[in-house]
Amino acid sequence: MLLFIEQTLNGLQFGLLLFLLAAGLTLVFGIMDLVNLAHGSLYMIGAYFAATFAALTGSFVFAVMLALVATLIVGMAVEVIALRRLYGRDHLDHVLGTFGLLLFFNEFVRLVWGPAGLSLPLPSWLNTSFPIFPGVYYPTYRLMIIVVALAVAALLYLVVMRTRVGMLIRAGASNREMIGALGINIKLLYTFVFGLGAALAGLAGMMQAPILTVQIGMGENILILAFVVIIIGGIGSIRGAFVASILVGLIDTVGRAFLPDVLKLFLSNAAASTAGPALSSMLIYLVMAVILVWRPEGLFPAASK
Amino acid sequence: MKALTVRNIVVGALLLFLALVPVYSQMTGNLFLMTLFTRIVILAIAAVSLNLIMGFGGMVSFGHAAYLGIAGYAVGILAHEGVNSGFVQWPVALLACALFALVTGALSLRTRGVYFIMITLAFAQMIYYVGVSLDRYGADDGLTIYRRSDFGGWINLSNKTVFYYVCFGFLMLTCYLVWRIVNSRFGMVIRGARSNLRRMRAIGFPCFRYQLTCFVIAGVLCGLSGILLANHTDFVSPAVMHWTRSGDLIVMAVLGGMGSVLGPVMGAVALLVLEEWLPHAISVVGQFVTGKPVVAAKEYWALILGPMLLLVVLFARGGIDGLLEKIRRG
Repeated sequence: MLLFIEQTLNGLQFGLLLFLLAAGLTLVFGIMDLVNLAHGSLYMIGAYFAATFAALTGSFVFAVMLALVATLIVGMAVEVIALRRLYGRDHLDHVLGTFGLLLFFNEFVRLVWGPAGLSLPLPSWLNTSFPIFPGVYYPTYRLMIIVVALAVAALLYLVVMRTRVGMLIRAGASNREMIGALGINIKLLYTFVFGLGAALAGLAGMMQAPILTVQIGMGENILILAFVVIIIGGIGSIRGAFVASILVGLIDTVGRAFLPDVLKLFLSNAAASTAGPALSSMLIYLVMAVILVWRPEGLFPAASK
Repeated sequence: MKALTVRNIVVGALLLFLALVPVYSQMTGNLFLMTLFTRIVILAIAAVSLNLIMGFGGMVSFGHAAYLGIAGYAVGILAHEGVNSGFVQWPVALLACALFALVTGALSLRTRGVYFIMITLAFAQMIYYVGVSLDRYGADDGLTIYRRSDFGGWINLSNKTVFYYVCFGFLMLTCYLVWRIVNSRFGMVIRGARSNLRRMRAIGFPCFRYQLTCFVIAGVLCGLSGILLANHTDFVSPAVMHWTRSGDLIVMAVLGGMGSVLGPVMGAVALLVLEEWLPHAISVVGQFVTGKPVVAAKEYWALILGPMLLLVVLFARGGIDGLLEKIRRG
């Protein structure tokens, strides 16, 4: 039971982290209609920035703030220099172009930071355990990820649904020409949205960094998961991304923890220990395939374009 | 149509070059060149097969590398279990690919657009993890194939020159087949379904059946490439099915130009030759600029290849093929 609570919380934490990554992806996808394979690179860049600034300043919080700003700037620069020209083009062009960016970023990071991974050590006040129930301890840092991600999700909801900028973003998603004709600087708006998505991806990267190592290509596998999330949730829907990322996080983590044991009830030990890890890795893709066959537009299809 | 345009000259020269690689290789004793081009020719088959569904059918599959793995593992597992005859291995591998394409295609074709891209990716990822979990057959580390497919006394695939010409022959055959398909009535339906599915349905074509058939054909052709690849490297591992490999195949097709059958061949040659040649070019230029050998710079070839792909997308729509066409129009 204790293990189950812990794994569920881990799943929630992983899901919320995925949400940070997926929120930016789904915004860019839904509003600019851009397939961005380089989104994982921003996640990686964020983690590298955080590790570097932490080493420079010696403060974890300060490093995260600096890294957020730096990732925002990198994201906006990438949008202005390269991606802006890809809007309105075929999705395949996006795949090819951003695949090129992904290669570039991987190599760039290797050039600047070297091929070895970095680590981002936790400050001692976060490196503790916190009693969620009497007698049940959970790492403070993971709990903090959950809190921060939930706060960011709420903030994002408020910005998109309750502010003028959010209104413009939603308007830009439904009719680009119209909002341009009304005198809104749509280019600036898009750059802002892309920067926001980049900062969110960077935040996910730097929060994951103390748990895993900071290394080249760290964004590639999680990027595919983020794509799974936005497809399950329905492209362009932040609400869908939120539900789907928690779903994916829980299924993945809990599946990995318990599926091998469950299989042992039906199969021989040897067969279960072989099939278990494979099946739990496949589980998410299986869920996604089933959901797409059942609802070809995802769980929460954004209003039709 | 048979005019002597720049494009046709380039394509003709490329095919002639591909046909003569072993001759040149034998003359100069540069066996590395032949190994490289064997790989290029094999992956070109995969790119051409992907282009059949992607360029002509509008079905963008982001999981095409799965067939490379399925066919490779079929060959590898049979060889591991002592079945070396190509007469068994090859049909089994192709059948496995056809089956996988039939099942995943039937499910994937329920979706459209980006959702189609992602569901094909999902199926490929599943197969990737199956490969990772095959403990008996090497799991993550892959499976070494100690003997190439055996065709009795007919053909000896272990002979490099023979193997190259087998691959080249299959590439030509694949291109011819795809060309025939695209220009047949069947191909017209497929292309029609790409430009306007609803209209094709309204005319009365059961598009689903046509598209599924096309999907299976492409899968089987890619399986052929997978068989050859496994025989070429004498090795198969889950890495051939990683999603970035599927990405590579898409890049080849888009880079070469999806509008024609031979475009992806140009794309495959361009991408793989660049990958091989850029490190040398960088170190030569680096030495010229700095005056001393720069060994480290060799590693950073992707720093140039990445932006290059971006530039192709931005300024050369229609890929290399489109660029060559443009020269003709002036």
